[in-house]
Amino acid sequence: MTSFHESEMIALKDVCFSYADRPILNGIDLTIKRGEIIAIMGGSGGGKTTLLGLIAGRLKPQSGSVLVNGFEVPKLRQTELYGLRRKIGMLFQFGALFTDLNVFDNVAFPYREQTNLPEEMIRTLVLLKLEAVGLRGAKDLMPAELSGGMARRVALARAVALDPSVMLYDEPFTGLDPISVGIIGRLIKRLNRALGMTSVIVTHDLNETLRLVDRVVVLSQGKIHRDMAPEEIRSTDDPFIRQFADGLPDGPVPFHYPGRDYWSELMGQ
Amino acid sequence: MSAYFIRLISTLGHLVTSRIDRLGLVARFAGLLLVSLRIALGRLSLIFREVYFSGVRSLSIVAVSGLFVGMVLAVQGYEVLQRYGSAESLGVIVALSLVRELGPVVTALLFAGRASSAVTAEIGLMRATEQLAAMDMMAVDPISRVVAPRFLAAVFSMPFLAAIFSTAGVIGAWIIGVKLIGIDDGAFWSQMQANVDVRIDVLNGLVKSIVFGTSVGLISVFEGYFAAPTAEGIATATTRTVVISSLSVLLLDLLLTVMMFRGLS
Ligand SMILES: Nc1ncnc2c1ncn2[C@@H]1O[C@H](COP(=O)(O)OP(=O)(O)OP(=O)(O)O)[C@@H](O)[C@H]1O
Ligand SMILES: [Mg+2]
Repeated sequence: MTSFHESEMIALKDVCFSYADRPILNGIDLTIKRGEIIAIMGGSGGGKTTLLGLIAGRLKPQSGSVLVNGFEVPKLRQTELYGLRRKIGMLFQFGALFTDLNVFDNVAFPYREQTNLPEEMIRTLVLLKLEAVGLRGAKDLMPAELSGGMARRVALARAVALDPSVMLYDEPFTGLDPISVGIIGRLIKRLNRALGMTSVIVTHDLNETLRLVDRVVVLSQGKIHRDMAPEEIRSTDDPFIRQFADGLPDGPVPFHYPGRDYWSELMGQ
Repeated sequence: MSAYFIRLISTLGHLVTSRIDRLGLVARFAGLLLVSLRIALGRLSLIFREVYFSGVRSLSIVAVSGLFVGMVLAVQGYEVLQRYGSAESLGVIVALSLVRELGPVVTALLFAGRASSAVTAEIGLMRATEQLAAMDMMAVDPISRVVAPRFLAAVFSMPFLAAIFSTAGVIGAWIIGVKLIGIDDGAFWSQMQANVDVRIDVLNGLVKSIVFGTSVGLISVFEGYFAAPTAEGIATATTRTVVISSLSVLLLDLLLTVMMFRGLS
């Protein structure tokens, strides 16, 4: 039915998704090549996290096809899906660290669950990953003792533990100081180069993103509004993208969640 | 009038269908849980950890409650028995009440309040903070990794806790009956020994506590797993666990008692 090219890691064809009867995505077509880093941008509540959920098989589309590494994700049975997910890493928007495990055990979790490596080897691997995110010294802290940015870095170390071939990042930069943003940005790039990882980054941080990615996909009203190279973004006069790049409060992207007219609501009419 | 009537009917109908929906959800969840038990049983260390948190940490409350209940039974039992001149039967009465009924039932009620509510809150919070989702993304099934060990811990802990409750209760009755009131020590124990049957009393009590453990365990993990991911949702789920567990224990006890002890005499 759908053709599959070796070079394509992720391919979405005419994907529609709605929560109950509220459509979120309608007709998404998107292909991502192996080793590519792409950014997904769009307004808050625009369906970016939803899109990652579809790629990871956490959500099923009402129609359309989602291919990852040649597998039709919505049709996989749980064991097959888990087989695929061993090759997919995901960084959650809020880290999602296991609160009853310390930093070390959080990063060790995927090794302990998915491999039969001896404990000394796991120790080495965990320290390696923690060193890469600059938190080797924090290995004995509990998640509650970490700042938001530190938690995100630990979560990143955990997500890349098994060297996945696809990484999905849900807003990796939000709430981080500029130094951490730089560190994580470089880390994403390095992982991508060293392991030939395909990366999808959902982000609002235009500056960092443009330095990092091969392509930027802009979502609007459940569709792909634009799909362009970073250089084009800087120079485009598309009002939608300018609004993002220049941080204007209102424009084509509405700041407000759709609702009743403000005046009549205030007056209780 | 008729509009009001239709509203009433539809509200009632909704109430019924939503309950049935929820029962269906429980059944499907129980199915998934059942399938995952095999994997979960392969990792005893995870189950032991939960047995420690749920079971071992309930030991003191169960033992102390058992002691008190046994003492009360002794006081009340003696008061009635001595009217008929059969005070030595105190040991039997107390032991039978504990082993057949109060041990399994009160232990299950205590367990629901002490341990199961905590399990619900813990799983609900793990869902709300996307820890279950993260686990699922790491190809680790939250049902076999998080839910099943907590469920099994309830099933395993309950018979032991009930046995401890009953033992503490008998000791409490002995303290009151023999030490304080002065019933003959030998008669207290020998009557108990002669009249408590392993199959009819002990085994049936054991079956009860395993059934209660299964029910309380299932309710606590279900409510946690499907808790709304908010502070309020978790609070509601915790309350529901305690209320529904307690009611189900009492209802199941009625059914089991009728099945086990009807027509014995
Ligand atoms: N579980 C859910 N049930 C119902 N609606 C949901 C659910 N999750 C998300 N939504 C709705 O789907 C829409 C898209 O959500 P999504 O999380 O994909 O947005 P997003 O683009 O990631 O936004 P943000 O940038 O704020 O993270 C939102 O309007 C949200 O209200
Ligand atoms: Mg999001």
